[in-house]
Formats: sequence, C-alpha cells, structure tokens
Amino acid sequence: MDLLKQLAEFQLDVLKEVGNIGAGHAATALSKMLDRPVDMKIPQVNILPFEEITNSLGGSEEVVIAIFLRVVGEAPGNMFFILTQESAKKLLTNMAGIEIEQDGVYSEMEISALQEIGNILVGSYLSSLADFTRLSMSPTVPSLAIDMAGAILSYGLIQFGEMGDHALLIDTKFLEGDHEVEGHFFFIPDPESFEKIFRSLGVPFE
Amino acid sequence: MIVENLIKVGMADLKVVLGKDGILKTTGLGSCVGVILYDQTNGVAGMAHVMLPNSIIAREGIMNIAKYADTAIPDMLERMIKLGANQGRMIAKLAGGAQMFAFSGTSDTMRIGPRNVETCKEILNKLQIPIRAEDTGANYGRTIEFHNSTGMLLIRSVQQGVKEI
Repeated sequence: MDLLKQLAEFQLDVLKEVGNIGAGHAATALSKMLDRPVDMKIPQVNILPFEEITNSLGGSEEVVIAIFLRVVGEAPGNMFFILTQESAKKLLTNMAGIEIEQDGVYSEMEISALQEIGNILVGSYLSSLADFTRLSMSPTVPSLAIDMAGAILSYGLIQFGEMGDHALLIDTKFLEGDHEVEGHFFFIPDPESFEKIFRSLGVPFE
Repeated sequence: MIVENLIKVGMADLKVVLGKDGILKTTGLGSCVGVILYDQTNGVAGMAHVMLPNSIIAREGIMNIAKYADTAIPDMLERMIKLGANQGRMIAKLAGGAQMFAFSGTSDTMRIGPRNVETCKEILNKLQIPIRAEDTGANYGRTIEFHNSTGMLLIRSVQQGVKEI
C-alpha cells in the first residue's frame, strides 16, 4: 500500500516514540494501581498484512480480553488494550483481590473491574499522546469484549481496509514486575492521521 | 485430527473447491461476514471472508476483490461456474457480521457488521441465490467450517460453543 511504503525509517522511529510516550504513561498508571513495578518493552511499529495482525497475540482464534475505543478529533484512530485470559485473572487477583474460579467465566463485578482498569490505561495513553502532539484527540466511551483476537482486531482495520491489505500498528507490550501480567497496547491511527501526527511534531512528510 | 482437504480462507480472501471431501474454513469472523455458496449436485463450494460491503469506497491502487461483498460474491460465483457449478442449483449460507463492541450513538463505520450482512443479502437476492441458513449479528466472534460432503456449516464461538446450520 502506497502510504505505508512511503514511510521512511526515521518516520517509523517517530511513531515508536509516540507509542513509547503513550504506553509509558499508561504503564506508570498501572504501576500505581498495582503498587508494583511495571516493565515496558520498546514499542514495535509494524506494517502488517491483515492476516498477521493477530500473530503477537497467539493467532486469530486466541481468546483475549480487549478494551476498545475509537479516537476522535484531529488524528483519529483505533485503540485497543489487550490482555490474555491468564493475565486478566492475575490482574484481578493482584489488584482487587478477586479470584476467578471458573475458567473463561467472568462475573459482572470482574468485568466492570477490568473495564475500569482498561479505561484508566487507555485514557492515560491517549491524553499523553494528545499532550505530546498538541493535537486534539479524545476517546469514545471504551467498550470491553472477551472474544477471538481475530474478531476483535479486525474491527480496528476497517479504516485501513479501504486503502489496502496492510495496517500500521504501534504495539507496546508491558510486563508486570515478576512477569505474571502481560498486556498489549495497540494504536492503529487512521491512514489520514499520519500526516497530522508528523506535521505537529515537525517531522517532514512528503 | 488431520483433515486432508482443509482449505483455509484468510481475511479478505476467497477460495473455491471442487469435490465432496472439501472443507473450507475461516477463523475469527467479527464484523466480517463469511459467505458460503454451494452446489451439492456438482460438488462445488466457495467461501469468502468479506470485510466491507461496497467497493465504491475503495481508495487502493490494485483492488482486492475478495474484500468487498459486492465484488467478492460475483467473482466467487464465476469461479464456481468454471468448476462446473450451476447457478440455478446454488445455495448460500451466511455467518458473522457481529457488532463486536457496543457504543452509544453508533456511527455508520461502527455499524459495519450489520451493514455487511445487509449488503450480502441484497447481492444474493439479485443473483437469485436462496439463503438456506444464517448465523449473523449479535456481539461475538465466529470461526466457521463448511463441509462440502454434507452442506453443513459448523460455527464455533467463545460464548456459544459449537452449532451447526
């Protein structure tokens, strides 16, 4: 796809920094909530064919817990905070003292706790991003789903679908202190948003 | 279990198969729709994993016709006829088109699942292909497997388990 092929190495580095700042703030927020250190991996900026978009989560049929929100404003896009089932359990236990007894079954209370954690994290990711780029970016009300990774992530590819069969994904993985909790932030800016993000950061674009 | 003649259909992809032992499978349908056409008499089947309803909105250089309902279904039909299928005997089954996330004040983009299903139905209606069964809408993802030997469509989901239509 033309737009994505045009991106130079240094522009991809800028997008990595975007992921770094957003997820960095979110990791700090998580660390405060858990009262434990949270490590963050260097963000990956990947231009992937749709088929491979779920690879870092273990494939299309892997069941994950996702908080999704649509970013509206000057640089629109889709944002996901994704946890494996195992990690969600650990997170609930560590934070709220909730033990999940039955695999894959969540009570209303557990769902709402996960939703709240997700809200805080994606909210802090997004607000630091808006501060950094000085672009207006506001979240829609986040929504939670527990389902197959392919079914969930394909929802974030619709805007790219009109342009081609690849999407640009800023993926930041974080790990709680003793690596019990592993999560991903996926930020998928709409194709139109790249130019605005680069311009606002003083990065030449075309 | 190892299945010899299992054909995988990717996202925004379509495949056709000739032969009763053919099995077509696609994973992780969310708002996308799995469209199955088959002609049991001639043993020809096809499956498309469509992502968007209409190719009018396409802004890509070389268009992937398997991505849009309005281009994927006619193309699949044509390929099946080349394999010996008869349009008059064809039957369709649909699955997917879910609304994965609930939003208040849903915009058109967010309603993509239901729109995909509506468009598929309109196209099949125009082609006069009857829809034998469907499992569409709701808010969950689906993995589907079509068995050409029986015309059975197996649907697996996280919350609902396995069903056959």
